[in-house]
Amino acid sequence: MNRKKILISVFVAMLAAGSAQAQRVKGSDTLLPLTQELAEDYLEEHPEGEVIVTGGGSGVGIAALMENTTDIAMASRRIKFGEKMKFAEAGLEAREVIVAYDALAVVVNPSNPVTQLTREQLEDIFRGKITNWKEVGGEDRKIVVYSRETSSGTYEFFKESVLDNKNYMSSILSMPATGAIIQSVKQTKGAIGYIGLAYLNRYVKPLAVSYDGGKHYAVPSVETAADGSYPIVRPLYYYYDAAKEQTVSSFISYALSPEGQKSVLEQGFVPVRMEGDGGEAVQR
Amino acid sequence: MKRFLEKAVKWLLTASGFVTSLVILLIIGFLFTEGAGLFREKVIEEGYVLAVHKDNPVKELTAAEIKAVFDEDITRWSELGGPDMEIVTFRLEDADEYFTEEELGAQYEYAAGKIDSLIAATPGMIAFIPESMVEEGAQLNLIEDNAISPAEVLGGSEWFPTATPAPLFGMWPLLAGTLWVSFFAILFALPFGISIAVYMAEVAPERVRNILKPVIELLNGIPSVVYGFFGLIIIVPLLQQVFGLPVGESGLAGSIVLAIMALPTIVTVAEDAMRNCPRALREASLALGASKWQTVSKVVIPSSMSGIASGVVLGIGRAIGETMAVLMVTGNAAVIPHSILEPLRTIPATIAAELGEAPAGGAHYQSLFLLGVILFFITFFINLCVEYISHRNKAKNQ
Repeated sequence: MNRKKILISVFVAMLAAGSAQAQRVKGSDTLLPLTQELAEDYLEEHPEGEVIVTGGGSGVGIAALMENTTDIAMASRRIKFGEKMKFAEAGLEAREVIVAYDALAVVVNPSNPVTQLTREQLEDIFRGKITNWKEVGGEDRKIVVYSRETSSGTYEFFKESVLDNKNYMSSILSMPATGAIIQSVKQTKGAIGYIGLAYLNRYVKPLAVSYDGGKHYAVPSVETAADGSYPIVRPLYYYYDAAKEQTVSSFISYALSPEGQKSVLEQGFVPVRMEGDGGEAVQR
Repeated sequence: MKRFLEKAVKWLLTASGFVTSLVILLIIGFLFTEGAGLFREKVIEEGYVLAVHKDNPVKELTAAEIKAVFDEDITRWSELGGPDMEIVTFRLEDADEYFTEEELGAQYEYAAGKIDSLIAATPGMIAFIPESMVEEGAQLNLIEDNAISPAEVLGGSEWFPTATPAPLFGMWPLLAGTLWVSFFAILFALPFGISIAVYMAEVAPERVRNILKPVIELLNGIPSVVYGFFGLIIIVPLLQQVFGLPVGESGLAGSIVLAIMALPTIVTVAEDAMRNCPRALREASLALGASKWQTVSKVVIPSSMSGIASGVVLGIGRAIGETMAVLMVTGNAAVIPHSILEPLRTIPATIAAELGEAPAGGAHYQSLFLLGVILFFITFFINLCVEYISHRNKAKNQ
């Protein structure tokens, strides 16, 4: 009995000691692979440190920051007003850092002859006002619209940017993951959906998008997103409590350093440093 | 020593029974308190208000009306009982269309006053702004913010839990989707399940049964996400081709996957019940000159009815509560289904997909708990039905 007690207390002590030094990062699944990569590279330079990265979603990360179960919250959307209020109530102050930008590609089935759409056309398609491809210059085929689940930061951002904050139609097909959207768009002829730039592959066809009524169309790529010609670009954030700046600053400054931003590019995101005027516009 | 040990074991068993029951009751209690909290939440998002011009006679708006206004589906105040003028919507993000950076101030310290006077100057405007931006003495009316009503939630047909300014929690499409897909799943699984059970219990030779039974039980152990994956890759494209559908993700795909998943439960429980049918009954029937088939249909099945019924109910329970497989193949469109070939959205899939991002303690979070409560009542009702059926059968048999 006594030995067991000792073992347990040693175990607890180890846990406590571990968590005191470790930087815990939690939140958006969009940022998860990038942050894991950054953490690995960071640990190569700082072998004495410890970084624990977990996913769960932007909302989960921010809630965890509030309950002090994480040091940095990853978020693919801006912190909500209600969440900010809760922070203020708890006496915390959330600081935000933009670590990378992510471009969203609008994709269709490769057999679809349509190659470009304006923002207004996309809005009408995702809101159910345009229901047939022939209305936007395609074949006579019903449009099947795929979206992410409401829980996803991608869903919120697409709504904000493309739908001008209006709601999606209620009969939209919502898929639990980006992989599921790719699979469905690949096997459905009339499909349209949106995915992160990093997920683009040969099974789906990205559309050129215009935000100025059809004057300029841009095909999604890291280059067009970085020079600001591709419009559907969102910032990705790290949030932390101002009181903990000391603990987290070295990891965050690594993420923003040239080496960190190189990993950003390798992961298919758009680096913060390369940003031109387009990025500023998105930053609002 | 031995007596002490026996006492200890007895005490341990009692304690574990009590603790388990207590924990289950606490979980249910938690579910109910969280779910009921939804009806204390306000229609408009927390921390925000809807402000209109002070001469505007419209005082109240339902959540559905607010959504239509901000989606620009309703564009004139006359449709809401106000004067005949155009509705101008204003969100905080629109501030830079009306004012320059300097006018708002570096820290947006002048924003509140500017926006308040903008609303006061525009008769047709409805503005969605933080509560803190409404300054004392501002010349505006605030739309009354009522609590979310149960009728709107349980009877509403639109599920927009993250819509701003006013989320819509109409649960009827989700409930209909769940019942619809489970109903068809059982419709498919029941005849197959019972016939396999009869075959295994009565017809199959010992050797075949020894192979078949472990195989069917193995089906029970396959993770549901694997079934979902199988459904998405195989069943969905197949249905698309066979029925010529524009989209293969449909209620039918969900019911087929669920039927396959419910089969092993129905088969194993029903088969066990039939094999446990007393030998005396069987022999008496055969001795009276009944054929093998007559014995099975008139004696064995009726006498093991309660076991078969509980197998069916466990199958239904599995179908209704199944999350992952349905999430992947039904398309998750929150509309009231008119046919089984349309996409639909079920309650468990909704909870699983949305809980991860719903801000803890908010209206969305509580509405998901309320969905859990509804699910609880559905299975509770089914259990009561079974209890009743098997009880009646037992009484008849005695």
